[in-house]
Amino acid sequence: MQPTRRTITAAVATTALTLSLAACGGGADEGSNDDNDSSGEAGGEQITLTVATFNEFGYEELLTEYESLHDNITVEHVKADTADNARDALRNSLGADSGAADIEAIEIDWLVEFMQYPDKFADLADPAVEGRWQDWKVDAATTEDGKLIGYGTDNGPQAICYRADLFEEAGLPTDRDEVAALLEGDWQHYFDVGKDFVAASDAAWFDSANATWQGMINQVEVAYQDESGEIIATTNPEVKELYDAVLTAAVDDELSAGLGQWSADWNDGFQQSSFATMLCPGWMLGVVEGAAEGVEGWDVANVFPGGGGNWGGSYLTVPAQGDHVEEAQALATWLTDPEQQIKAFEAKGTFPSQVEALESETLLASTNAFFNDAPTGEIFVDRANAITFQPHKGPDYFSINTALQDALTRVDVDGTDDAATSWDKFVADVEALG
Amino acid sequence: MSTTSTLRPRAETAEPPPKRIGFGGRLSRWDLKLSPYLYISPFFILFFVTGLFPLVYTGWVAVHDWDLIMGQGEFVGAKNFTDVLGGRDFWKALGNTFSIFVLSSVPQVIAAITIAALLDANLRAKTFWRMGVLLPYVVAPVAVSLIFSNLFADKYGLINSLIGLVGIDPIAWHGERLPSHIAIATMVNFRWTGYNALIFLAAMQAIPRDLYEQASIDGAGKIRQFFSVTVPMLRPTIIFIVITSTIGGLQIFDEARLYDQFGRGGADGQWQTLTILLYEQGWTQSNFGRASATAVLLFLIIVVIGVINYLIIRLISTPEVKR
Repeated sequence: MQPTRRTITAAVATTALTLSLAACGGGADEGSNDDNDSSGEAGGEQITLTVATFNEFGYEELLTEYESLHDNITVEHVKADTADNARDALRNSLGADSGAADIEAIEIDWLVEFMQYPDKFADLADPAVEGRWQDWKVDAATTEDGKLIGYGTDNGPQAICYRADLFEEAGLPTDRDEVAALLEGDWQHYFDVGKDFVAASDAAWFDSANATWQGMINQVEVAYQDESGEIIATTNPEVKELYDAVLTAAVDDELSAGLGQWSADWNDGFQQSSFATMLCPGWMLGVVEGAAEGVEGWDVANVFPGGGGNWGGSYLTVPAQGDHVEEAQALATWLTDPEQQIKAFEAKGTFPSQVEALESETLLASTNAFFNDAPTGEIFVDRANAITFQPHKGPDYFSINTALQDALTRVDVDGTDDAATSWDKFVADVEALG
Repeated sequence: MSTTSTLRPRAETAEPPPKRIGFGGRLSRWDLKLSPYLYISPFFILFFVTGLFPLVYTGWVAVHDWDLIMGQGEFVGAKNFTDVLGGRDFWKALGNTFSIFVLSSVPQVIAAITIAALLDANLRAKTFWRMGVLLPYVVAPVAVSLIFSNLFADKYGLINSLIGLVGIDPIAWHGERLPSHIAIATMVNFRWTGYNALIFLAAMQAIPRDLYEQASIDGAGKIRQFFSVTVPMLRPTIIFIVITSTIGGLQIFDEARLYDQFGRGGADGQWQTLTILLYEQGWTQSNFGRASATAVLLFLIIVVIGVINYLIIRLISTPEVKR
């Protein structure tokens, strides 16, 4: 009988091992899906909602507040370090149909990409939130058949941040209203003032061609893809003109500090006082304050070359794969409520996209101590009102813009190419996307 | 007792045998035949699920138009392969991968064997030194990359500041191709040299000490002993380390991906390795078909290198057999 028992043991062991492996697989899935461990939607049952964001949304205190308002809800905040990483993670979990958070933040630059898969997201259209946002903000997240994919959070109306102390050394005005008057005009004018500055100073005029490009391209109504989805990036004369203009200013006129945005050098550049101005969407204020800690002289001027411009801004979406879609929608509704958006603005400077919030006294009265007590609320409300349209961004916007940013980096930061050869590589990159 | 015991076997052999074979006998025969397979089956089940199936499935994906989110599209045959091979990215990435691999593996093996020889000598606080060389290995690669990317920053990095002091022009650690490879290879070497040194050390300890005694009686110095006794005795270990570091080197990902803030291998693909290209195609461009084609090509390259390794090893080990 002994051998028999051994046989059985072996068989059992094998099966058990296989089963436990399978169980492991399942367990891992659940781990990343967090909400699965609570058993149901029934009222009063404890549930956990996960909220995935990136950079700074200013939600830390708000989420705690929401928990205290709802006894049965625990909110878990998953924060990616960069928007790119958040995008990759979301793509991944949509592809696998599991693992997405209950609420996923999406950046406007890659919203269009995800709009291609409306079935993967819950329809958030709701009479309760109608008229809450500026029209262009809602239109961008609405599919052709009227499905609303995401609730708008912040916007990125842009102003110009500048170093008053460096301006003074170079003999330029330092007062923020005078600076606004000085810089009023188109991009060429902004670069011309830069030439005067650079002639009288050791510092560069702006941080990098990449950052400046973001401001310029976001003013082009149809840049990379036309309405039918056809890629026109390489043939659109408007794109090529801006490309040449920004690189002439950056490299030939030596206006750029040549620091790749978000790189280690770029961060150090704030401490080394290597440049005097930069484009500042509202959310950039927190970034500057962090990187330029201890540096005095930063200020913000109520002006933007070429009129109004929007850089970034996000949406909260609810992936359809979640187990608590209704509860997640309720949380998203609450988080994007004008009142909460003002709190987020106070926390991290994320500028609200809600119509009502724009008229908020708190917003209008807010100032920023780091930027020499500039009336940032008032300035950014002005800048937001200067935005007249939202540029059309096709589904391939993100990939094409990345290729173009690479082209700028090769010339401005790496110095491995000149403007012409780098453009050729950009054309090849875009063709290879197909 | 004795009568019953003699009776019993007779009774057993006379009638019940057919029954017995039908039950215990057959089971034990199965046991003999099947058990070994069952014992080793966990490995094969694991291998089929986690190794072979993905391998074959990758091949299936590679001949289709495949989107990360939408899944399988049309059958496109070899189009993904021609796209990959026709673009400049693949060849550049292949060159980068080999360049970083050579820059990391060669100095690594030489340094590791030297460190091991030093550790093998009669040192005070032996364990301290031996654990010390393993320290870089336990540091997370992310932390290593963070530290090194600050050291190798182009404008305000520590290394460029230091060489500036002696009047050397700053090196474009990110902009230029070769310097970026050197920087990444440095990270790899920092992490793996100590690990390999410990493996060498273990092998060195297994060398019979009387060989050294005989050598020193014959008048061989330390260096002569190292080359004439230690290195030949280490041959199997050297082969092992060369093979593992080849496979690791061809799949290099972490260090290169964390070398800058975007993780795409540089604006001009200066340090884009094959695995980063694969990741870029799959996750950023959402083109799984093309990424799978790259994966299949990477697999073939590793197979080819493996065969070359095998031939070289046969070449190296022949003298031993002849002896």
